[in-house]
Amino acid sequence: MAKSFNIITSGTGGQGLITLLQIIAEAALLEGFDVKTSELHGLSQRGGSVETHIRFGNKVYSPLVSLGSADLILSLEISEALKMLFYASPKTVFVINKNLISYPGGFEEKKLIQKIKNFGKGSKYIIPASEICQKELGKEVVSGIYLLSYAVHKNLIPLKPKSILKAVSKVVPEKYLDLNKKAFELAKK
Amino acid sequence: MKKQILLGNEAIVQGALEAGVDFVSTYPGTPASEIGNTFAKIAEKQGIYFEFSTNEKVALEAAIGASFSGLRCLVAMKNFGLNVASDALLPLCYTGIKGPMVIVVADDPSCWSSAQSEENSRAYAYLAHIPMLEPADAQEAKDFTKLAFEISEKFKLPVILRTTTRVAHQRMPVIVNSKFKIQNSKLKGKFVKDVKRFVTMPPRVLEMKEELLEKIEKIKEFAEQNKINKIENYLPAEARRAKAGKLGIIVSGVSYLYVKEALEKLELDLPILKLGFFYPLPEKKIKNFIKKLKKVLVIEELEPYLEKEIKILAKEINPKLEVLGKDILPQIGELKTEIIISAIGKLINKKIKNCLPAEVLLASGTKAGKFKIPVRFPRFCPGCPHTMVLTAIKKAAPKGTIFGGDIGCYMMAGLPPHELQDYLLCMGSSIGIAHGIGKSTNQKIIAFIGDSTFFHVGIPALVNVVFNKSNILIIVMDNLITAMTGHQPNPGEKIKIEDVARACGVKNIKVVDPINIKEMEETIKEFLEKEGVSVIVSRRICALLAKKQNK
Ligand SMILES: Cc1ncc(C[n+]2csc(CCOP(=O)(O)OP(=O)(O)O)c2C)c(N)n1
Repeated sequence: MAKSFNIITSGTGGQGLITLLQIIAEAALLEGFDVKTSELHGLSQRGGSVETHIRFGNKVYSPLVSLGSADLILSLEISEALKMLFYASPKTVFVINKNLISYPGGFEEKKLIQKIKNFGKGSKYIIPASEICQKELGKEVVSGIYLLSYAVHKNLIPLKPKSILKAVSKVVPEKYLDLNKKAFELAKK
Repeated sequence: MKKQILLGNEAIVQGALEAGVDFVSTYPGTPASEIGNTFAKIAEKQGIYFEFSTNEKVALEAAIGASFSGLRCLVAMKNFGLNVASDALLPLCYTGIKGPMVIVVADDPSCWSSAQSEENSRAYAYLAHIPMLEPADAQEAKDFTKLAFEISEKFKLPVILRTTTRVAHQRMPVIVNSKFKIQNSKLKGKFVKDVKRFVTMPPRVLEMKEELLEKIEKIKEFAEQNKINKIENYLPAEARRAKAGKLGIIVSGVSYLYVKEALEKLELDLPILKLGFFYPLPEKKIKNFIKKLKKVLVIEELEPYLEKEIKILAKEINPKLEVLGKDILPQIGELKTEIIISAIGKLINKKIKNCLPAEVLLASGTKAGKFKIPVRFPRFCPGCPHTMVLTAIKKAAPKGTIFGGDIGCYMMAGLPPHELQDYLLCMGSSIGIAHGIGKSTNQKIIAFIGDSTFFHVGIPALVNVVFNKSNILIIVMDNLITAMTGHQPNPGEKIKIEDVARACGVKNIKVVDPINIKEMEETIKEFLEKEGVSVIVSRRICALLAKKQNK
């Protein structure tokens, strides 16, 4: 890989973005890549907007994705996906949870989706992961794993599904492992 | 030796373990909190003494005691913590240490998790004459921690490891050594009396200052030789001239990563001097580096401390040198690769348009790129007891009441829809400032303070309002934990706030469960009418913690 692969994930505090970041980072290391990530802790986690940066490749210096250089934007919430547009290029691929956590002053779903679809030429996958996970597994919290699995199985991330699954086992606590693996399998279909 | 993905803060813990740390004390604060959280989990198994102290000053003092008894110590805090601890820090540099001591201080450029100021703790290096190292990434965070222990042990001074958010909360594969000795700290220490060394009093204190300055000179020599101050791409003169008109870069901390990234994108290999030491500076090495340059760009976040030092050195060795820094880089907010690309681009007259990837320009040029979407503010968690208090206050407090804010989750009282916060400065100040307002006006004042903040520095302020006869209502938002920084324990576990208030001489005290909104409302109304100092302890467990415990 000549150039590093740059991922931005976004959502709101408490959606499990840091676990997702750890899984991708571990999987990249398993495949022998250099990795750097950046995350934020503290008050932003109390339901506010959260974004994380994940970069892997032969050699990665900065932990931050530069403006306009994200290869993939993976978002667990629609408004939070739109907020990440300045990291996108016309080629950036979006994988978005069709899930709106509304807030005072926020926009309605249709308008948000339209704005995202109008941007650039990259593919946009808008998937009701929260709904599927709630319905099939009774737990919405694994929608991040679902989307990640979806993305690797569709080759939207240059990592093998096998490595992601291994990383899930390493990062997720024993207690929740089964649930997470189920979410991972569910997205294969 | 193997590679493991570690958070910057976890890498610091790993470095301390590899350096044989015995004694660790801390007070939580983002972005330093994971250091304490990690030690809390592993300390017992590793035979290390660990504590969450009441505040940063007592955390440092505890470590000073352990160091004087010969133990290897680490203290961790966020930038504001160093302000609190600084009264002990300065004389500590005079006495020096016995067991080595590393103090981790985490700054937060851009104030991602800091309400109070964009503090640049590097200034303490000058104030206290304390050696300070600045890692750029998680690997360096580990390596520099070990080096800091080595320097501390060798020169008998404490050493500050200064991180920033992008180092502390950065992950990368770090080479770790999992074979280190398990400590048994409690049995190891011995305090050997040495009045000449541990007592700072005139006239000895001025001798101590002289000894301190001598130590710093020796550390400067050490820094000259040490490889954490390193020069890269020092090409022969002709090659450099051809490339960029003799421009060099001096950089420290995480900005080094952005510089590497920027130079790669610009396809340039300008000479770089990367400084791992912030204080003392390897002056000879710097002079050598700038001797033949025409221009040097000093890249550092926030205030231009390095830039000023380098301007002085340039005067001696290369008076014609153009030293650039804050005239083309911002002094507010963190740096990033894009900012550095644009700054270097300007200096070498390379059109940025050609060196920035086209998509950047496209993204920022399109409508979507400029598209503004309203901010999503952080919120109180569902079932948060703080919101119950705020609901009661809205009903009970007469119009015009002044609301004194303090540091913790409850400062979200200032955000819509609550908007119950008329000032907010630093931990404990809700009470301290309420007192001054009370003495200056006859307006009604309610000061909010959290349980952890109450113990941290709230108690002296409480004593003051009683002693100097204030007329205020204090509501202690006791959610039985230090919530905002990630649920660390605090003295409230053993010491009841109402008992402290009583012992301080407060007459009107009531403990109320805020779920009883009516009772809270009535108590607020009743206490607002009373003369003197009143304290309501609003006690109910943090909803997030309750949820965690039930899992
Ligand atoms: C001197 C200093 N140390 C640490 C911090 C970081 N900090 C911010 S909020 C907070 C915790 C406050 O806990 P508490 O008062 O119990 O309120 P809660 O968050 O539980 O509501 C801390 C430690 C700080 N801002 N200043």
